[in-house]
Amino acid sequence: MTLLTKDEAFALLKKVLAYSKAEECEVNLSGTNSSNIRYARNAVSTSGSISQYQLVVQSAYGKKSGVATINEFDDVSLEKVVRRSEELAQLAPENPEYVSILGPQTYAEPKTFVPATAAITPKMRADLVAESLQVAKDAKAIAAGFLEDNNGFSAMMNSKGLFAYNTSTDTKFSVTVRTEDGKGSGYAIRGYNDITKFNAKEATRIATEKAVKSAAAKGIEPGKYTVILESAAAAVLMERIFFGLDARQADEGRSFLSKAGGGTKLGEKLVDERVNVYSDPLNTDLPTSTWNGDGRPQERVTWIEKGVIKNLSYSRYWAEKKGVKAVPGPDAAIMEGGTKTLEELIAGTKKGILVTKLWYIRDVDPQTLLLTGLTRDGTFYIENGKIQYPIKNFRFNESPIIMLNNLEELGKVERTVSTESNQNYLLPPMKIRDFTFSSLSDAV
Amino acid sequence: MKRRDFLYLTGMGATAAMIPGIPVIGRPIDPERMLESVDPALKKQMADVALNAARSQGATYTDVRIGRYLNQFVVTREDKVQNIVNTESYGMGIRVIANGGWGFAATDKLDNDSIAQAAKLAVSIAKENSRLLTEPVQLAPQKGYGEVSWKAPIEKNAFEVPIKEKADLLLGVNAAAMKSGANYITSLLFLVNEQKYFASTDGSYIDQDIHRIWPAFFITTIDQASGKFETRNSLSTPIGMGYEYLNARPQDKIQSVTSLYKGRYDMLEDAKAAGAQAGEKLKAKSVEPGKYDLILDPSHLWLTIHESVGHPSELDRVLGYEANFAGTSFLTLDKWQSKNFNFGSKLVNIVADKTQVGSLGAVGYDDEGVRCGQWDIIKDGVLVNYQAIRDQAHILGLNASQGCCYADNWSSVQFQRMPNVSLQPGKEKKSPDDLIKGVEKGIFIVGDGSFSIDQQRYNFQFGGQLFYEIKNGKIVGMLRDVAYQSNTQEFWNSCVGIADANDYRLGGSFFDGKGQPSQSSAVSHGSSTARFNGVNVINTSRKI
Repeated sequence: MTLLTKDEAFALLKKVLAYSKAEECEVNLSGTNSSNIRYARNAVSTSGSISQYQLVVQSAYGKKSGVATINEFDDVSLEKVVRRSEELAQLAPENPEYVSILGPQTYAEPKTFVPATAAITPKMRADLVAESLQVAKDAKAIAAGFLEDNNGFSAMMNSKGLFAYNTSTDTKFSVTVRTEDGKGSGYAIRGYNDITKFNAKEATRIATEKAVKSAAAKGIEPGKYTVILESAAAAVLMERIFFGLDARQADEGRSFLSKAGGGTKLGEKLVDERVNVYSDPLNTDLPTSTWNGDGRPQERVTWIEKGVIKNLSYSRYWAEKKGVKAVPGPDAAIMEGGTKTLEELIAGTKKGILVTKLWYIRDVDPQTLLLTGLTRDGTFYIENGKIQYPIKNFRFNESPIIMLNNLEELGKVERTVSTESNQNYLLPPMKIRDFTFSSLSDAV
Repeated sequence: MKRRDFLYLTGMGATAAMIPGIPVIGRPIDPERMLESVDPALKKQMADVALNAARSQGATYTDVRIGRYLNQFVVTREDKVQNIVNTESYGMGIRVIANGGWGFAATDKLDNDSIAQAAKLAVSIAKENSRLLTEPVQLAPQKGYGEVSWKAPIEKNAFEVPIKEKADLLLGVNAAAMKSGANYITSLLFLVNEQKYFASTDGSYIDQDIHRIWPAFFITTIDQASGKFETRNSLSTPIGMGYEYLNARPQDKIQSVTSLYKGRYDMLEDAKAAGAQAGEKLKAKSVEPGKYDLILDPSHLWLTIHESVGHPSELDRVLGYEANFAGTSFLTLDKWQSKNFNFGSKLVNIVADKTQVGSLGAVGYDDEGVRCGQWDIIKDGVLVNYQAIRDQAHILGLNASQGCCYADNWSSVQFQRMPNVSLQPGKEKKSPDDLIKGVEKGIFIVGDGSFSIDQQRYNFQFGGQLFYEIKNGKIVGMLRDVAYQSNTQEFWNSCVGIADANDYRLGGSFFDGKGQPSQSSAVSHGSSTARFNGVNVINTSRKI
């Protein structure tokens, strides 16, 4: 399916709005092509492809709004969908939190579309998987993996003159390699807007190496240890902070950012002063959309600076109520790091544990952001600057807030993907002292 | 659907953070269209276009699923209706075998040309990937059933109930909770209707109508002075019923530390109790870590069954098909082949069942046209079977599939999913109170909470909603900061008592996640209250 150009999308949306009789009308249009290939036991298992277009019309009268949608674009269908949204709005109960649609906005030109990614064919997918499988087979190991790619456009226009348009591409790859005897397992995950940056052999080689090196792991006592978290392991803990930046939750007293006696921790130092987190849709290594779903521009925002909470995110309703700027939540986050490679972090560690991946992360206590989960696919004991031997997996109970107060050192930033949310991030590997492992697991 | 899209579609913003990730698949539609369905004759016509097109391209097997997936959400918080969303997702998924391998394509354009094009794409994907096979797909034989249909036996279609009635119910629930002490409450009704049509080159044309409902609330109570807050979620369960689920009769209630519900649910009563209990939790004693005998209510135990029995007995995990995501399993084939692998104590009998009335997994036929049934997974504590689909049956020496194939949408490829997996009630006459009476030092846990388990399903940790300390056979007060950790085999071997069939209840989830791209499946797990001895309990309280 070909994507609508900016001019084509503009013309179509203009036509839809011309049918509107409501006090306010906002129209969203999107189209996506998604394809994937999955393999396991050293062979392809499933594979598929799907294309979808969608037009969503929201009409409003005062604080009553209705939404209708359609995937047909002839004049009759377009008028029908507008009428239906108006009928639904008339029937809807009043929503006291409804906020009037935005007027025209200015957006930076996004950098999220890469033609090479949009041009991937079933043959290219199969070729990449063949390369990955060969690496595993050469090592007499067993691979399971997944490659997916998406390309699409989204556009919105409203009766106050707002117009936004964006195209994007995205590709994700992950692979788990296990030794034939099932005693070792290794993993790698990659995410790019640009498929040409992806190297299936390199990623599979890393997973294979971890599988081989992690075989025959020893059990050591659970307890508090210095850990080095690879960036993919750090991502699944750090993102719980990124997801929890909502001002309303904090103001209402039900967030780790709420304060005893009322108020929030905005402006307070919460973690080690070396922690700096921001989002920037124009970052060339992590480009994201320059506008969000309700038409607000996405701009560079500093969330944590020198350990101090600098910004919280707001819905437009809550921002209006509080009289502040309605800063939308980030689409991706970037954490500043240091200059050391992972190997250098290991070399500087007297005693510690290298965690390459964390799995099944769940909230235990939202008050302290205490999380639980387990290490997976390669955990190693470090002594005197060297990896000594693989160790059995641990369950941890730890809060990323406590963890960032026990920060020893940050490594060099790299692009990584959360294995929990599939979100892309730029994060460093990090060395943390007193990380709490609460029990052992026999899982490989 | 991505998290961001979900937040936008439902407009719930921050409130969504209080609700465990609800995926919304589909596009909004007029609620009146929720009561329509597509004529099976038209679906047969469209299916035949796909079957013929795939065959002409060289497919040796094809199945077609035409799905119309309807969802309705009514979401409120405190004194306002936040959102009413009606969505429809309608389209066709075509799965083929060509050159011995699987291919899949899906389309939401259901004219003959688009269907034929999708069939062609599915065949070309299968052929392209066939060079990466180690062996051709082997399908268990399946006879065609001709034109048949199945409908969930509901009493009252929830989509027929006026929105206003639903909104009024939820606002009433919110008011009751606030009156009894809640500071915040989000409540919702989530309705599902899957109108599924399956056709295959085996000669089946199967039309099915499936209904599910989930009423739920999430309460927070805050002690502003200390900055502490506690939550209490509803004790309802998602269930394969109509609106009658919300009409609880006296015989549907079990009087315990709080009202517990069997088959039907009194949302208003539960909200009233929950508002007070969230406040009580703030003042409750923080648990002393150590070993305790646990009495687990079915509103809690379903999730432990799901994670520690349901998942490890999925044959695709055992074989390694989920190695890159959900993980593999400790229940390896050699343990099953030995016929004496001691999974749990002799009291532990676990049954898989795709036919249980009112359960989330109940259907007449699975998503590859296999009539559903029930079978034992754990018999007297020993592993005796798994959960399999057509291309896995031969591995277990079976000559037919167990009917565990499911796709969460027409646009998703079907694969092995968990049937309802349930702990059978104890054979001796025994009530939950009888179980509690025998405990010297224990904790009674009600409702599901935090959950996490490793990728082979050995080590797990579970929280809950309500925790009560048991001393010398009596409940003496509420506890907080409780979670228990165990190992699956140890845990099920520590099962020393199960209440009888009078106490049997279903729990479940709409959101069992597996596969890449990830798919959600709805599944129920039944049990009676059960006792587990000497389980390790940790204290989850921290300071930041």
